[in-house]
Amino acid sequence: MSILLETKGLSRSFGGLKAVDGVNFKLEAGEIRAIIGPNGAGKTTFAGLISGRVPPTSGSILFEGEDITRLPAFRRVQRGIAYTFQITSIYANLTVGGNVALAAHQADPGKNHEFLERVGLAGQAGRIAGTLAYGHQRLLEVAMGLALHPRLLILDEPTQGLSDAEIAHFIALIKKLSTEATVLLIEHNMPAVMELAHRITVLDRGVILAEGRPEDIRANAAVQAAYLGTG
Amino acid sequence: MNFTRVVILHGAVFAALFMLQFVVSEYMVLSLTRIMVLAIYAVGYNLLFGYAGLLSLGHAMFFATGLYVAALGTTRAGLPVPAAFAMAIVIGAFVSSAMGAITLRVKGVAFMIVTLMFSQAAYLTVLYFGEYTRGDEGIVIADTIRNFDFLGLPVDLTNATLRFNVALGFLSIAAGLCLLIVRSKLGRVLVAIRENEDRTSMLGYDVARYKLTAFIISGTISATAGAAYALMFGYAGATLASIQYSIHPLLWTLLGGASTVLGPVLGTALMFLLVDAASSFTNANLLMVGVVLILLVLFFPKGILGTLRQRYLPWLP
Repeated sequence: MSILLETKGLSRSFGGLKAVDGVNFKLEAGEIRAIIGPNGAGKTTFAGLISGRVPPTSGSILFEGEDITRLPAFRRVQRGIAYTFQITSIYANLTVGGNVALAAHQADPGKNHEFLERVGLAGQAGRIAGTLAYGHQRLLEVAMGLALHPRLLILDEPTQGLSDAEIAHFIALIKKLSTEATVLLIEHNMPAVMELAHRITVLDRGVILAEGRPEDIRANAAVQAAYLGTG
Repeated sequence: MNFTRVVILHGAVFAALFMLQFVVSEYMVLSLTRIMVLAIYAVGYNLLFGYAGLLSLGHAMFFATGLYVAALGTTRAGLPVPAAFAMAIVIGAFVSSAMGAITLRVKGVAFMIVTLMFSQAAYLTVLYFGEYTRGDEGIVIADTIRNFDFLGLPVDLTNATLRFNVALGFLSIAAGLCLLIVRSKLGRVLVAIRENEDRTSMLGYDVARYKLTAFIISGTISATAGAAYALMFGYAGATLASIQYSIHPLLWTLLGGASTVLGPVLGTALMFLLVDAASSFTNANLLMVGVVLILLVLFFPKGILGTLRQRYLPWLP
């Protein structure tokens, strides 16, 4: 297995608060990795550092062996790091097809229907995106992520606000698309994480508390104390 | 299919404008000529404001750049009209590149204030160098200068009919350019930036470069309109560089419909004719402009063509 993404001593402070503190992290190509941790553990900041939305205070980020620490976000996207927003961030006034066309960097909103089909939004291309149900808007986010042909797909709390049935559909979708992209999943929903992730990284107060297979994490006493609760 | 409809509509509008010169009065031909030159300015403004969503309060500096390069170029530097016109466009592109590089570093209200500030500085510069610009009194370009040979053909810019058709020609080029841009990838990305800038950069677009491109095209079209204005009507005065001429294109665009190709043209015509008609009983032009602006924002935020598109014509570009 080759290393797709690596961070070395990656840190970000906001004033006196060390949101991410010297994180050394390695992600293998082809895996589904979940990042979990209590609120305020630095998960979203960490994802922001990798995607380029948040500049680091110190440390470095390597993607496919190249240093991308100084690259602006859009250049990282061009290299294959796609980020789907925690809060749905589609173009509400454009059509569903128009949204995907922008992601695919193509002018014609009539094409790219395969991405919509894959997330289960076939036949919705002509609708105004803002009129979709919330769960469908989340799926459109994923379709836009796919249209970028990512090598690394960062999903920031993708199941937030979804119903149980929608979550089940979502899990099946992520499993399917993980065959072509490495997935970094930031997630609160423990059943979804346990079912999807090959490995789990636990963040707490900006540092990596534990890392391992789902069953190891479940058994890890420190993780239980910090996050899952004892007992 | 859609595109055919769009081409037919725009072709018909410009054909109708062309036919107007045969049926309206001499005074109206002059008014329409002015409207069309100012509409070029509005079309340029709309590219930045309507499509990219960047509200500049300082476009008068670009209009004035074209205006004064053309006026000073012909009267002071002794350039022939076509050379002065070309130089105005080049310098307009240069000035808007520099201004864009500076002002686009900030967003939202700060962008409005910074563009306004630079434009006021430009206006004061015009007044400061009154020895050359003749301030509010303005530069008059003599009729003899506006009578010239272009590629072996005699051109007389004091001839009302010729002037009308030159203005129409430039306006159709500007509108056609706008239509092309809107339908291109550039146009779609500009709308995406207007709708959600953060998302657009996370789709791998160099947002800063796209905004600068829109700014330069918009500023250059504005400078072209300014140069055409000076050369066609033989006059360049400081009023045309004042804040009023930064607000005008915003108002025209809002009235006709922001982010529609023909909206700024319609808005310019309606506002010009309204002020013109009202001037027979009042000289409070700015009051009218203000009232229309307030009414628009309150009751008609999408403008005439914007509302039409929303209700009946979703294909309208």
